[in-house]
Amino acid sequence: MLDQLVVYPDPPPPDLARTLDLGGYRWKAVRSADDAAVHEPAAGWTGAIVACDTDPEGAWAFCRALRKRDGPTRLLLLLSGSQLDQLELRDDLFDDFCLTPFHPVEVEARLRHLLFEGFSQVKNETVEYSGLALNVDTYQATIEGRPLDLTYMEYELLKFLAQNPGKVFTREILLSRVWGYEYYGGARTVDVHIRRLRAKLGEEQANLIQTVRSVGYRFGQSRWGS
Amino acid sequence: MLEQQRDYVLHTVEERGVRLIRLWFTDVLGSLKSFAISPAELENALEDGMTFDGSSIDGFGRTLESDVLAMPDANTFEVLPWGDAKATEARVFCDIHNLDGTPFEGDPRQVLRRNLQAAHAAGFTFLVAPDIEFFYFSPPEKGQAPVPLDEGGFFDLTTTDVAGTLRKQTIRTLETMSIPVEYSFHEDAPSQHEIDLRHTDALTMADSVMTFRLVVKEVAASQGVHATFMPKPLESVQGSGMHVHLSLFDGDENAFYAADDPYNLSPVAKHFMAGLLHHAAEITAITNQTVNSYKRLVPGFEAPVHVSWARNNRSGLVRVPITKRGNPSATRIEFRSPDPACNPYLAFAVMLAAGMRGITEEYELPPEADSNLFEMSESELAKLGIDVLPQSLSDSLRVMEQSSLVQEALGEHIFEWFLRNKRSEWRAYKTHVSAFEHDRYLRVL
Repeated sequence: MLDQLVVYPDPPPPDLARTLDLGGYRWKAVRSADDAAVHEPAAGWTGAIVACDTDPEGAWAFCRALRKRDGPTRLLLLLSGSQLDQLELRDDLFDDFCLTPFHPVEVEARLRHLLFEGFSQVKNETVEYSGLALNVDTYQATIEGRPLDLTYMEYELLKFLAQNPGKVFTREILLSRVWGYEYYGGARTVDVHIRRLRAKLGEEQANLIQTVRSVGYRFGQSRWGS
Repeated sequence: MLEQQRDYVLHTVEERGVRLIRLWFTDVLGSLKSFAISPAELENALEDGMTFDGSSIDGFGRTLESDVLAMPDANTFEVLPWGDAKATEARVFCDIHNLDGTPFEGDPRQVLRRNLQAAHAAGFTFLVAPDIEFFYFSPPEKGQAPVPLDEGGFFDLTTTDVAGTLRKQTIRTLETMSIPVEYSFHEDAPSQHEIDLRHTDALTMADSVMTFRLVVKEVAASQGVHATFMPKPLESVQGSGMHVHLSLFDGDENAFYAADDPYNLSPVAKHFMAGLLHHAAEITAITNQTVNSYKRLVPGFEAPVHVSWARNNRSGLVRVPITKRGNPSATRIEFRSPDPACNPYLAFAVMLAAGMRGITEEYELPPEADSNLFEMSESELAKLGIDVLPQSLSDSLRVMEQSSLVQEALGEHIFEWFLRNKRSEWRAYKTHVSAFEHDRYLRVL
C-alpha cells in the first residue's frame, strides 16, 4: 500500500498503532506540525489521523496547521464522546471522525472511505457580506471594492466572523477558534483586535461587528432581526 | 502558525503590489532602524532571515562577530499608509538573532520577549497602555530655542488649527496601522499634545510606540512642523511624560482586581506595586535615559519626584486610577516617571521585572501617601520613609550599576553597553558650559 499516513500525537494511542499495523498501513507518528513537515514524503501525506483524547489543544493546533498546507491531506479525528462539543465550528478542520474507544474495523472502514475518492477539497473562495468581501484564497479583503489592509490575525478574525454572520461568539470561543490554543495573550486580545477591525472598517461599516453585552461579539444582523 | 502567516504576507505583497518591504528593528537606545528589501527577497527573508552588519548599530557591536540576522515577525506585517500610492511599501518588525539562530543579546525586542516569557511562566500576561505627550514646534534651528506653534499668549486661529489637523491626521494614520487611540487632547503647555493608546500586550505595545513616534513625526513633517518627544524642551512649562498604565491578566481574569479590597487591588497588584516602588530608583536610568529627562522630574510640573503611591495624588510615582463603576478588567496602576524618549522595549521589560520581583518576594506595599509631598520638608519625608527619584542621569546610572534586578532583566550585554554609553553622555554634558552659567556668573564673578 502506497498511502502514507501521518499520525498525531507521538507516541500514538497503543490501540491505534496496533490497528494501523494490522491493517498494513504505512504510517509515521509526529509530535508537531513542524515534525510532520520534516518527515513528509515527496508525494505528500495521503491522510492524517489525529487523536484528541490526551491533548485536545495540541490536536486542534495540529489540524489547523495541516489544513493550511497546500497538500489535500484527508483528516480523520479520534475523540471521545465527551469531546463532541469541540467539533462545533470546526467543520473545516477535519473530514471525518470516529469515537473512542473505537472498533478497529470502523477506523479501517472510515480510512478506506476517506482515501477512496481522492482529493476533492471544496473551498469557498469568497465570503461576502454587506459590501465586505474576503477572498479566502488570496487572503485579500475589500470594503465597497476598496482594499482593506489588515494584519494576519485581523484578517483571520474577520473571516471567521463573516463566515458565521448573525451568530454570537464569546471571547473564549473566538480565541480558541481563531487564534488556536497556542496563543497565550488571553481573551483581552480579542477585544483589542475587534477594536482595530472596527477602526479599519471605517465609520459606516464599524457596526458590522456588534458588541453583545456581557456575552461577546456578533457579525452582521441577528438572525432574529433584533 | 508560522507557515500560514508567511503565506498571508506573501499573498498580500503580491495582491497589493507592494514594491518595497521595510525591515524594522530597534537599537539599544530606542531608535527605530530600518533596511529595505524587494518582494523577490521576501520569501527567503521570512524563512531564513536577512544577515546584516550590526557593528554600526548602537549597542549591537561585539568584539568577535559583527554580523547578525534580522528575522521578520510576520505577525507585524503591515502595508504603510503613506508614500507613493503607485509604489506601495510595507513594514515588518524583526527579531535579531545570532547567525546560529539563538536570540541576539543586544536586541531590545528579545529582552522584552524574555521578560514576558518569565511572567507567562508564572501565569501572567502583561498589558500596558501608555499616555504619550509631545510638542509641535517650528522646524528647529541649531542653537535656537524651540518655537511653539501656538506661542504668544493670544489665540492664533491658523496655527491652532494646524495642530488640531495634525493630531486628527495622526490618529487616523495610527488607526490604519492597528494602533487604537483611546483619547487625545491639547496639553497644558503651548503646543503640547497627548495621545493615549488603548491597552494591549506589552510586546505589541512596544512595537506600537516605535510606530507611534514615527507616525507623529512623519505627519508633522508633511506639514512643515517638527514634532519632538524630548522630555523637557521648554524650561518654564511642563515636560513630556509617558505615563504607563499596567495590569497583569491571568487568562481572562484581571489579576490586579479584588472585589473585597477597599482599593479593589488584589495582593498580586499590591506586591507588584511594592516591587515597582522598591526598585524604582534602579530602573530610572532606563525609563528616563537622557540628561534632559531629569529636568522634567522636578517639583511643580505634575511630574513625579518622590517614590510613593496614591489614588489621586499626581505627585506620586504610582497612581491607582479610580475605574468606572469599579470595572474589574479596567483595574490597573499608572507608573508616572517614564518619558517618551525611552526605549519602550527595555522600559516595559524593567517595569515588569521590578513588579514581578515584588510578587515573587511578596514585598509589602508601604502606606498610601495622599498628602502633597512637594510641601513636605526632607525630614518629614524621611520620617515617612519616602525617597526621591535619582536627580540626574549620573545618579540613576550609579544606582542602576548596583542593581542585579536590572542586570538580569536586560542581560549582561545591554546592561554593560548602556552604562558605558550613558556615562559618556554624562561626561560630555558635564563639560558643557551653559547659558545659565554665563547669565549667572559671567558678570558678577
